[in-house]
Amino acid sequence: MQLAIFIIFGALALGGALNLLFQRHPINSALSLVVVMMSLAVLYWSLGAEFLAAAQVIVYSGAIMVLFVFVIMLLNAGEEQHTDGSRAAYTVGIPGAAAIFCLLSFVFLTERGALQTSNVGGDLGNGVDNIAAVSEILFTKQLLPFEVTSILILVAILGAVVLARKEQ
Amino acid sequence: MVPTAYYLVLAAMLFSVGIAAFLIKRNVITIFVSIELMLNAVNLTFVAFAHMWHQVSGQIFVFFVMVVAAAEAAVGLAIIISIFRARQTLNVDEIDLMKS
Repeated sequence: MQLAIFIIFGALALGGALNLLFQRHPINSALSLVVVMMSLAVLYWSLGAEFLAAAQVIVYSGAIMVLFVFVIMLLNAGEEQHTDGSRAAYTVGIPGAAAIFCLLSFVFLTERGALQTSNVGGDLGNGVDNIAAVSEILFTKQLLPFEVTSILILVAILGAVVLARKEQ
Repeated sequence: MVPTAYYLVLAAMLFSVGIAAFLIKRNVITIFVSIELMLNAVNLTFVAFAHMWHQVSGQIFVFFVMVVAAAEAAVGLAIIISIFRARQTLNVDEIDLMKS
């Protein structure tokens, strides 16, 4: 059951990522990223992170990607052209990414004996549901970082307003 | 039953595709999108490890990564808008004011 979910949505996520790489128009790339994020939300759910699955759909594919699509349409971005820089990037980028992938998967697959298998759903704590477990840590031990992130968001909003404002 | 290593390899695949897109793409918005893809791949690793060790800390870290990604997207897209106003282009090869 979980293997089927993993294979279907993992393939969907990988297909979306490759589509992001091969599409020329920015709006197609942004919409492929939405596919990747939705399939990752299902994988989070299958790993017992229900709160993060909901947050992934609402925050990432709901808010952040809408912002991207707005900006793409506002700037009327067309297809990208190929230049000398892109040829150099192809010769460096593809082997570099392949090397990083080979290194990472070699490490993960040689250490797979030390890693365990995971069951679908699966509580983390002792019968406490996921949102209760997350919020208990978040509002007790991690309260200061949580409050600092709200200041970070405030500063980011101010920065975005100042940067995007029309100059007089 | 899925080995945790499979999730990690999937995350590595998504991360490498993100790196390749980051290096190959010439449009500044698409480069920004591939940064988001890399952040998502790392989030998957955090969630897989949180599940493996039965610790909720990994999920809380993913929450903070999401918050920082939202802030980064707001500021970054504002910068892209002001670059477009000043130079009328989105191609990174033509945005080279600091190069000369």
